[in-house]
Formats: sequence, structure tokens, C-alpha cells
Amino acid sequence: MNQDHSLPAEFHLPNLERRAMEPRALKSIVLSAITIAAAVIACIPLFSVLILLLYRGAQRLSLEVFHTLPPTAFEAGGGFGNAIVGTLFMVGIAALISVPFGVLAAIYLAELGPHSRVAQIARFCAKTMTGLPSILAGVFAYAAVVLIMGSYSAWAGGIALSLLMVPIVMLTAEEAIKMVPQPMKDAAFGMGCTPLQSMLKVVLPVAMPGIMTGVVLAVARAAGETAPLLFTALFSDYWLQANEPTASLAVLIYNYSGMPFENQIELAWTASLVLVLMVFILNIVSRTIGRRKKI
Amino acid sequence: MMLMEYPQNRSDTVRTEAALPKDVILDCQAEKIYYGDFLAVRDSHVPIHKNQITGFIGPSGCGKSTVLKSINRMNDLIRGFRFEGKVHFHGTDIYRKEVDAVAVRRNIGMVFQQPNPFSMSIYENVAFGLRLNRFSGNMDEKVENALRGAALWDEVKNKLKNNGLSLSGGQQQRLCIARAIATEPQVLLMDEPCSALDPIATRQIEELMVELKKRFTVAIVTHNMQQAMRVADQTVFFAVDVSKGGRTGYLVEMGSTSQLFENPKEKLTKDYLRGDFS
Repeated sequence: MNQDHSLPAEFHLPNLERRAMEPRALKSIVLSAITIAAAVIACIPLFSVLILLLYRGAQRLSLEVFHTLPPTAFEAGGGFGNAIVGTLFMVGIAALISVPFGVLAAIYLAELGPHSRVAQIARFCAKTMTGLPSILAGVFAYAAVVLIMGSYSAWAGGIALSLLMVPIVMLTAEEAIKMVPQPMKDAAFGMGCTPLQSMLKVVLPVAMPGIMTGVVLAVARAAGETAPLLFTALFSDYWLQANEPTASLAVLIYNYSGMPFENQIELAWTASLVLVLMVFILNIVSRTIGRRKKI
Repeated sequence: MMLMEYPQNRSDTVRTEAALPKDVILDCQAEKIYYGDFLAVRDSHVPIHKNQITGFIGPSGCGKSTVLKSINRMNDLIRGFRFEGKVHFHGTDIYRKEVDAVAVRRNIGMVFQQPNPFSMSIYENVAFGLRLNRFSGNMDEKVENALRGAALWDEVKNKLKNNGLSLSGGQQQRLCIARAIATEPQVLLMDEPCSALDPIATRQIEELMVELKKRFTVAIVTHNMQQAMRVADQTVFFAVDVSKGGRTGYLVEMGSTSQLFENPKEKLTKDYLRGDFS
């Protein structure tokens, strides 16, 4: 049937068969295997932590731990309701400070003066701040708030956490605003929008999912921070009083894990599980918001 | 200017309108346009005639888009942009210090090369400019009229709540036209409005432009000479001057479309139309 297409004698069809033992193919298989192994190994720490937390922490997980105060030395039972409230309160304070601050700064960086000196310096500072050891945020808030107010407090804790959140919110919000297509921004100006109107009516609604993702990630990070709170909020065995030392999950874990009492150590495990679950849920929320993103 | 209240412009209008030829609604005198140190356009005087379509043609980089975008001060948003010259609109130079660029853009609408509807419903896209101007009358009617004016109503009347970005490219561009004409600007600038569209959508837009000129004045940049021939009443030909080492665009010739295409005065125009250079 292929008489018409018959090839000249000196012309051979290339061999298109797959041969697994050829050096090139072999190299490709080995390298692929290594990358898969690396990817799997990278997951091991997270899963082993989760499994251990579930195993050790779930034993004491009950409604009781959410609404009772920490036990004293030889007391049985108890919980860490105050630490959950404390963590939520301080993270809330931090978010209230860092979200407006970060988003406003991002608007300036992305839209109003992206090339200005101020923007360049601010961007550089924010990038440096994201790598700032969190203990330094604690020391700073200690000097700036605790020493002046004369007491450890939830306010100081919130401010210390906000120092860590501002750069994250700022940089992710800047990215989100920059991602809004330029033609859409042009259209807004072409319709006769002032910069403020363009921002509020066109750019921010489109950038909002991206900004929310950044905010949630920043909140998740702040919720797990211990070092800044050691210097600012300290710990407390009582319910939240914002002007007094305040309990938080992270510091509770730090304190109780080193104690010689079985009850406290068990509670530290359970608190770890609760904290990880909180961060986990926040991450899922941020992914859900991010996925709804549609230009 | 029915939706705008800018008293200082009003009084100027009354004072100097007589000085201009009756049918020139907007007179663009671009002496020099710079981006930073780069001289992009020189010596281009383009009068825009009322209720006509003025086509800007010329090779790439000849500054035709730059001149067009200077007319409603869109270029103000570009870093380093500097305009020397005047743009008379109702006797007011829109580059005067006291003039608000935002107000200019509300009266001189713009349709861009890439269809760029907002990420909101079709209805809200069209209502956008009206809301900006705090229009308080019958919004539904205005939106319907604008969509009819842009020959889009029949295709979208049952899905006004859908996102404007869900439409096809040609529909998006007509949505952008509807958005621009909803506020009834006096002049509509179009920057290669068909270059991202297929031939069928292009044809629809061209037919639409001819309809639009009954109510508005249109200036259109196009890289497609046939398009200029089909729709434009006046045609402006720009070319690039590379003599001084730069790439400076300038106006070579302007005239009625039939005169410019059939009987160009300048040799450069003749060469370009024959296809000797691009």
C-alpha cells in the first residue's frame, strides 16, 4: 500500500522505540527518582510532627481544655482556655495594627510612588524585616512598650506580633495590587477616576483575594510565634486582662514542656495540637480565598 | 458636557469659541512630546472635526498613539511624559495648569487596544462612569441605551449580571465602547480598538463607529490602512523622522480620507500608501 511512498535505499527510518537501558534514559530515570525522593523527604517532618501531636495531644483533647484555666503544680485536670483567648486577642491586636498599615503602605508602593525613594527604602526595609529574628521584635516591643507602660501586657504582645506581620502583609498586598492588569487600571483612569476612585472601585476589589491570602498567612505566622511574647506578654494563669501579663498558646507550650509534672506536659502536647490545627485551618482558609481569585 | 460641572471651563467656552472653525470640536497642537529625554513626537497639528471620524495612520513608533492619548491626558500617567503645545477643547487649553486631567477624561472618552472591562457585572461596567458622575436618574435606561448604542444589547440583555470578563473579545470591546459612551462624552478616542479582534468582530466595531459618529466625534488610531479608508472621514498620516539619531514621529499630511488616499500631496505619503516602506 505504501508503494508510492517507498523510500530510496540509502534512506532509513529513525528508530523511535523506547529503550530503558540506554544511558540517556537511565540518567533521566535516576534523576527523576531522586527528585521524587527529595519531595517525599521534605514532607516527612510535617507529617511526623502531625502524627506525634495527634498521638500525644489527642489524649487530653476535650471540651474541658478549651474553657478551664491551667492547673497548679500537683492539681489534676485543667486546660488552657485563657491561653487560647490570649493568643486570639493578641493576634487580633496585631492584625488590627498591621492590616491597615500594611495595605496602605502597599497601595503607595504599588501605585502611587513605585519608583520613589521612599518606596524603594520601604520595600527594602520590609524585605529585611521578613527575615528579622522574631526574638528581636520581642526585645523591641519590650523596650518600646513594656518599659514605658511599666508592665507586661497583651498590648505589648500584640505590638510585637504586628512587627512581624506588617512586612508580610505589605509585600503580599503590593504583589496582589501589582497583579491587577494594567489595562484595567488604564480603563479606570480613562473613565475619569481619581487615583483614589480607581483604587477603591477597580483595583482593590480585584486584588482583595490576594491581599486576604497575605493577611491570613501573616496571622498564621504570628499565632505560632513564641519569642516575641516571652518578652512582652509573658504568661498568666488567669483569664485575659489586657493590661496585665497574658497567656498565649505558644508560651504555654514553652513553659509547660519543661515542667516536671505529667499533667502539664500532657497539656503542652494538647496545646501544641490545638495551635497547629489553628494554623492549619488558617492556611486552608487562605488557599480557599486565593483560589477564588479571578481577574 | 451634560454631566459635568466645571464652571471655569464653561466661561472660557463662551469667551473663545468663536475663534475656532465651527466644526472643529478639538484642536490638538502638539509642538513637542517627550518621554524623559526622548522626543517622541514633534510638530503635529491635528484638528478633530465634530461628528466625523478622524483616522490616525502611520508606521509603528510614529507617535500616533502618543498624540491620541495626549488628547485626554492619559499620558500624564506615564513617567517622564511632557507635552509642549496646546490642546484646545471648547476654547480651553486642556494642558493649562488650572485644568483637572480627571475632568478632561470624563469628557473625552477612551477605548483601548486591549478590551479592558472591569471585573464586575456587565451592568456595573456600563454604569461605572455614570456612578462616578453621581448620575441620579434612571440608571437602567441609561445602561440599556449605552448597550444598544454599542450594538451589544441583544447579546447581553439576559445576562447583565454576568461578569464583563466572561464575554468574548469582540463583545468585551463593545462593552468598553458602551462604558465609554454611557456618560455621553463629546469626543471618543479609540486606540487601535480592533487590533486584538478577529475579522468579524472588527467589522462589527467598524459598523458601530459609523453609527457612533452621528452622536459623537471619533478619533481612531489604526495600523490598518484599509480600516482608515473604510471608516475615517479625515485621515492623518504620521511618519518617523530618524534624521537626528532619534525616532521622532511627526505629522506628514492630513486631509479628507478620499483626498489623502487618492491624491496625496506628499511623496512620503504616496510611498507609504503604495507600500514602499512601513
